[in-house]
Amino acid sequence: MKDFIIPDRDFGTPAAKSKQLVTLTIDGFDVTVPEGTSIMRAAAEAGISVPKLCATDSVDAFGSCRLCLVEIEGRNGTPASCTTPVAPGLKVHTQNAKLKQLRRGVMELYISDHPLDCLTCSANGDCELQDMAGAVGLRDVRYEAVQTHFKAKDNSGHINPSYIPRDDSNPYFSYDPQKCIVCSRCVRACEEVQGTFALTIEGRGFDSRVSFGAKTDTALTSDCVSCGACVAACPTATLQEKSIIEIGTPSHSVITTCAYCGVGCSFKAEMRGDELVRMTPYKHGKANRGHSCVKGRFAYGYASHKDRILSPMIRDSINDAWKEVSWDEAMAFTANRMKGIIDKHGRHSVGVITSSRCTNEEAYLVQKLTRAVFMNNNTDTCARVCHSPTGYGLGQTLGTSAGTQDFDSVEQTDVVIIIGANPTDGHPVFASRLKKRLRKGAKLIVVDPRRTDIVESPHIKAQHHLALTPGTNVAIVTALAHTIVTEGLFDEAFIRERCDWDEFQDYAEFVSQPQNSPEAVQLLTGVAAEEVRAAARLYALGGNGSIYYGLGVTEHSQGSTTVIGIANLAMMTGNIGRPGVGVNPLRGQNNVQGSCDMGSFPHELPGYRHVKGQAVRDIFEKIWGVKIDDEPGLRIPNMLDAAVEGTFKGLYCQGEDILQSDPDTKHVAAGLAAMDCVIVHDLFLNETANYAHVFLPGSTFLEKDGTFTNAERRINRVRKVMAPRNGYADWEVTQLLANAMGAGWTYTHPSQIMDEIAMTTPSFAGVNYEMLEVKGSVQWPCNEASPDGTPLMHVDGFVRGKGKFINTEYVATDEKTGPRFPLLLTTGRILSQYNVGAQTRRTSNVVWHDQDVLEIHPHDADNRGIKEGSWVRLASRAGETSLRATITDRVNPGVVYTTFHHPDTQANVITTDFSDWATNCPEYKVTAVQVAPSNGPSEWQEGYSAHAALSRRIAAAE
Amino acid sequence: MLKDQDRIFTNLYGMHDRTLAGAKKRGHWDGTAGLIALGRDKIIEIMKASGLRGRGGAGFPTGLKWSFMPKQSDGRPAYLVINADESEPGTCKDREIMRHDPHTLIEGALIASFAMNANACYIYIRGEYIREREALQAAIDECYEDGLIGKNAAKSGFDFDLYLHHGAGAYICGEETALLESLEGKKGMPRMKPPFPAGSGLYGCPTTVNNVESIAVVPTILRRGAEWFAGFGRPNNAGTKLFGISGHVNNPCVVEEVMSITLRELLETHCGGVRGGWKNIKAVIPGGSSVPMLNAAQCEDAIMDFDWLREQRSGLGTAAVIVMDQSTDVIKAIWRLSKFYKHESCGQCTPCREGTGWMMRVMDRLVKGEAEVEEIDMLLSVTKQVEGHTICALGDAAAWPIQGLVRHFRDEIEDRIKAKKTGRISAIAAE
Repeated sequence: MKDFIIPDRDFGTPAAKSKQLVTLTIDGFDVTVPEGTSIMRAAAEAGISVPKLCATDSVDAFGSCRLCLVEIEGRNGTPASCTTPVAPGLKVHTQNAKLKQLRRGVMELYISDHPLDCLTCSANGDCELQDMAGAVGLRDVRYEAVQTHFKAKDNSGHINPSYIPRDDSNPYFSYDPQKCIVCSRCVRACEEVQGTFALTIEGRGFDSRVSFGAKTDTALTSDCVSCGACVAACPTATLQEKSIIEIGTPSHSVITTCAYCGVGCSFKAEMRGDELVRMTPYKHGKANRGHSCVKGRFAYGYASHKDRILSPMIRDSINDAWKEVSWDEAMAFTANRMKGIIDKHGRHSVGVITSSRCTNEEAYLVQKLTRAVFMNNNTDTCARVCHSPTGYGLGQTLGTSAGTQDFDSVEQTDVVIIIGANPTDGHPVFASRLKKRLRKGAKLIVVDPRRTDIVESPHIKAQHHLALTPGTNVAIVTALAHTIVTEGLFDEAFIRERCDWDEFQDYAEFVSQPQNSPEAVQLLTGVAAEEVRAAARLYALGGNGSIYYGLGVTEHSQGSTTVIGIANLAMMTGNIGRPGVGVNPLRGQNNVQGSCDMGSFPHELPGYRHVKGQAVRDIFEKIWGVKIDDEPGLRIPNMLDAAVEGTFKGLYCQGEDILQSDPDTKHVAAGLAAMDCVIVHDLFLNETANYAHVFLPGSTFLEKDGTFTNAERRINRVRKVMAPRNGYADWEVTQLLANAMGAGWTYTHPSQIMDEIAMTTPSFAGVNYEMLEVKGSVQWPCNEASPDGTPLMHVDGFVRGKGKFINTEYVATDEKTGPRFPLLLTTGRILSQYNVGAQTRRTSNVVWHDQDVLEIHPHDADNRGIKEGSWVRLASRAGETSLRATITDRVNPGVVYTTFHHPDTQANVITTDFSDWATNCPEYKVTAVQVAPSNGPSEWQEGYSAHAALSRRIAAAE
Repeated sequence: MLKDQDRIFTNLYGMHDRTLAGAKKRGHWDGTAGLIALGRDKIIEIMKASGLRGRGGAGFPTGLKWSFMPKQSDGRPAYLVINADESEPGTCKDREIMRHDPHTLIEGALIASFAMNANACYIYIRGEYIREREALQAAIDECYEDGLIGKNAAKSGFDFDLYLHHGAGAYICGEETALLESLEGKKGMPRMKPPFPAGSGLYGCPTTVNNVESIAVVPTILRRGAEWFAGFGRPNNAGTKLFGISGHVNNPCVVEEVMSITLRELLETHCGGVRGGWKNIKAVIPGGSSVPMLNAAQCEDAIMDFDWLREQRSGLGTAAVIVMDQSTDVIKAIWRLSKFYKHESCGQCTPCREGTGWMMRVMDRLVKGEAEVEEIDMLLSVTKQVEGHTICALGDAAAWPIQGLVRHFRDEIEDRIKAKKTGRISAIAAE
C-alpha cells in the first residue's frame, strides 16, 4: 500500500517464521502479517514507520527506548510496538496527541545528555538519533545539562567522572562513549548476531555504559573479534567505522560478494565517487543474512595498498630486475615465449592454474585457454590442495561434488558434528549462525586435535570433543559407524529406500569387525571409546544430524576415505535430503566451489564431466571450434615434477601463490625455477612471482563483474564498483593473452561467458545475469527441472541414483613420528588472516596476528626448555624453519600447531609431499616434527628473504 | 485490635524458640500432610475464598494467581519463586518472618508449591539480609533433616526441594521478572510481559512469584479456614497483615494487625503514638517509599487497606508506614527517595534511566529553593513521562512520591523558592 518501501530498510524486529497469518488495522489500514510479528514490523511492512531507537531487525526486541509506544483500542496504556505481538482484529494507532507528547518527552531526555555537535559529527546524515529528533518534532530541550556523560569537565570546571574518552584501539572502528544513548543494540548484536559476548552494559541506571569486557579492557584487548555487527547496529556515531570518520558518508552503494572465504557473504560496497567508504553486510544476502566478519567487513585496504602492482612487467630471467612495460608489449613477449615452448617441447609442456579467488567466468576462461588454445588438459586449481577429496568422495557416494545444504539449514539442525574445521576462525559468519542455533539447544560434537573456539566459548560447549591424534580421522569415523551399526542405531527404512541394501550389508559387516570398534582404535586415536560411542549415539538418535567439515578432513593421505566415511555416516542415519541435515564441506576460498565447477581439474570439463567422454567433448568442440585432448592433463604436483624432469616448461598461474601455499616449498621452488616461462597474474608480487618471467597485474573483486559460487553452491553476483586500477579485469587479461596466442575471443562482458557456461553445462543451464539480478542469487543445479535453483540436494533420491556405501579401511600415513621427529605438526588458519595472507597482511588485520606462532603444549614445552614467546626451530624430514612459540593446552601433548599466513615463516617448508591417494591433495595436517629452542630465523629463512628481495627489484623507468 | 489467638506470626519478635521444635510447639508443621491431602484444587479454592491479596505491594489475589499455573504439565517443570528481596525503603516485615518465624514460610512454600505442581521452589533473599539468610537456611536444613521437605516431604508423597538464593543487593531484583533474570544468573533487568511468568518464567517454565508474607500465611489459613481469614478487614481487603511502622512515632515496630485498621489506632495502639502527639503529624507514607504520601488531613480518618488508600491516590503497598511529624523537611525526604530510585534504576528504559536522574536533580534544587516555580510543573511532567511508560514499575515508583509531594505540599515548595529569591519566609512556611 501507500508508497514505495525500500527493500533493505530496517523493519525494527526480525521477521516471524509462522505460516499463520493475522490481520489487524494500523492507522486505519488493514495489514496482514505472520503470527508473532511485532506491531512495529507490521506497521513497517505497511509503510508506516513508528519512531524507534533501540529496535533493529537484526536482533530481538528489547523495549527500552520507549519511543515506539502506540495505542491499541481496548487495551490499557501505551504498549511498546516492538515488543507487542500482533493479534487478529487489533486497532492500532501509531500517532496521536498523547503519543506525540510522550515521544517528544523521551527525545528530550535523550538529547539532554547528548553533545549537540551534529554538524561536525561523523554520523551526520547517518544518525538515527538525529532522524528521530526530527521525526518526533523536538524543538526545545528544557533540561539543562548538569550531570552529563559528554562533557570532559563539569559546569564548575572539575573533571567529570562520568566522561569516558574515545577508544580508538581497534584499527577499523572507534568507540566514542560520549555519543552513546545506551540502547544496547551493540551489546545485543554482539550476543545474538555474532555470539562473542564481548560487549556488555556496565553499571546501572544513569551509570549504564557500554563496555568492552572489563573496565580495564579496550576494544582491542577484549574478546572482540571486530566483526562489525555492533557498528552496523549502532544508531549514532558511538561505534563508527574510521573510514566514515575520515571520508564522510557514502553517496551510493553496490551489492557485491565478499572475496574471502567460502561462505560468500553479500555486501553493500558503499561508495563516494570511486572511493570505497565502507563495506556493510547486505541484509538480504542469503548466505550471511546481514552478518559479516573482520575480513569481509573491514580488510579491503589491500586493494589500494602501495605494494599493489598496476603495470605489466617482464624479464628474461628470474635473476633480472623486473621491467615495467605496456600491456601490448607484455602480451607480445608472453605469447612469443609460450609459442616458443610449445613449438620446442610440444603442446603438453605448458599448462595453467586457475584461481579459486577469481570469478567463475575467469576460471572458465583460463581452463578454456589451456584446452582450446594450448590444446592440452594441463589445468589445475588450488582446490587440489584443499577440497579435491571432497569432490571425489561426495561424487562417488552421493553423486555430486558439493555440499548438500544451504546455510539456512543450520537453523533447523539438532546435532552438529564438526570434523577438522575451525569455523569461528575460518568461516566466521557461518560459525555465528551455528552458535546461534547451539545457544537455542542444538548439540555439538567436535572432532579436532585442538580445542578450537567452537568447542567452548561463551554459552557454547560441545557435548563431545573427540581430540584425536592427527591422521586418525578414518579410524574415528569408522568407529562412529561401528557404534551405529553394532548398536542398531541406523535408519533401515532410509537405507532400504535410498541406498543399496546389499552394499550397506557389506559395509556393515566391514565396520562391525572388532578392529574397527572404538575400543580397538582408542590407542591409535587417543580418544576414549566411551566418548566415541556416546557421540555416535547422539548423532544417530538426536534428531536432525548434520556434518560440517573442513580441511582437517581432506588434507590427509586418506582424505578421500574420510569424506566417504562421512557420507556413509549421513546415509546410514538417514541424515540426507531435508533441512537441518546433510554433509557440508566448508570450502576455504570464495570461489573454490566455482573453480571446480568450471572444469579446472585436468580430467574434468566444466560440470564435472570426464574428458574421456566423447559426448561431452563434442559439446565444447562445437562451440570452441577446436579438438579437445581426450587424455587428462597434469595436476599441480605432476606439473612440478615434470618441470624438475624438464618436460614441463610454461605455466600461467592466475591468482594463486603456489610457492607459499603448496607443500614442500623447496620442491615447488625447484619446479618453478626449472621452467622457461612462468606467468604470474596477481595483485602483488607474491612468492611465486619470485620465479616468474611475466607479471600480469590483476584486478580486485571490486573492479570487475562476475560470479562467485560459495560452499552451499550459491552463485552470487560480483559487481564492478570501480574501474580496474590496473586497466583490465582479469577475464580481459586472460582474453588478451589468448588472443595474443591467436585465439580470437570476442567477449565484451562476463555475462557472455556465463551464457556460454549455461549453454554447455547442464547444472548451470538456467543461470544468466538477468535472472541473478532478479533473484539475487541461485544455488546450482539451476535448470529446467529446478528453475529457482536447488537449496537442498538429494531430496527425493541421490543424484547418482542409489547412495553408495564404500568401505573405509584405515591405513596409517607414512608420515610417522619417531625418535628424531617425535611431535605431530598440524596447520590451520586464524580469524584475522586469510590463507597466504597476501591480502590480509596488507591491511590493519596484522594487529591481531603479525606473525605465525607455534602452539605447543606446556608439557612438551617444558621438556624442551621452551618459554612463552621464545624462538624455536621447527624441523621435519622435509625442512626446517624458525618461529616463536606460544604455550597452550589447546593442543594435546605430542601435537603442535601453526598457521601459514606469513611467508617469512614458510610453514610449508616443513610439510612433506605425502598426499591423498585419490586426488593428490597434500597431507598438510600431519607432519612429524621436532621442536627445539633457537636464536632466530633459520639460515634458509634469511636466504629466502634475501632472494625474495632480489627477485622483486623493479628497474627504474628509463 | 487483633487478638493474640488470631496471630499467624506467633514468634515475630524472636522471643520464643526459633527452632523447628519450637515452631512445632506453636502449631506449625502440624498435619501438613493432611493439608496437602486436600488436593490442589481444594487448596486453591480455599485460598481464593480467604480473600488473601498479595502482600508484596500490588495486592493481586493470591489464589487467582495460583490458578493461572497450568493444571497439566506440558513436560516443563513448574516453579514457585518466593520474593524475599525486600528492598523498598521503609519495608522490613519479611525480615522478621525469615529470621524469627521461618517455619511459617517453609511450610507455606511446601503447600503452595504442591498447589502449583512445583517440585522446586526458590527463595530469592535480599543481598543485605545476611543473618536472615543464615537463620532461614538453618531452618531449611532442619526441615530437610526432619523429612519435612525433600523426597516425600512431610510424608505427603510429594517430592519438594527448596533452594535459598542470595541476591547481590539491587533493588530492581525485587521486580518479579528481574528477579527471575537474576536467579538465572543474568543481570537483573525486567523482562517484557507478555509472556507472563505463569506461562514462561524461570528458565522458560511456568512460574509463580509470591511475596514471603503471602506464602507464610498459607498454612494457617488452611488450618483455620478461609472464613476465619476473610473475617478480618473490610470486604475485598481480608485478613491480617504485617505493618512496619517507622519514622516519627514513639515506638517504631513491625506488628501483625487486622486489615482496614485505622491509621490512628495502629499508631496509637502499637507505636506509642506520633512523636509530639497526633496533631504533630505532617505526612505519612502508608505503604513503602513508592506510594504517594498522605497529608495530615487524610491521616485523620485513614483506613489501612488496599481500597481506601487507592481511593486517596495512594496505596497500601507493603504496609510500611513512614510517619513524618511537623519537624520534617518533606521536600528533602522525597529528594532522598528520588536519589534512591536514581541509584537503583537498572538503566534499561530511557525514561527511567534519564528521567530518574532529572527528577533527582530538580528535587535537589527544590530542596535548596534554587529553582524557578515553573520547574515544579516541569518536574511533574517528567514524572508523567516516566509513569506507566517503562517496562517495569520502578519508573512508577520513582514518579509517585514526587507526585504525592507536589499534590500536598506545593505551597511549601513554592514558598521555599520565593524565600530564596526574596530572603523572606511566608507565614505558612514559618509555622
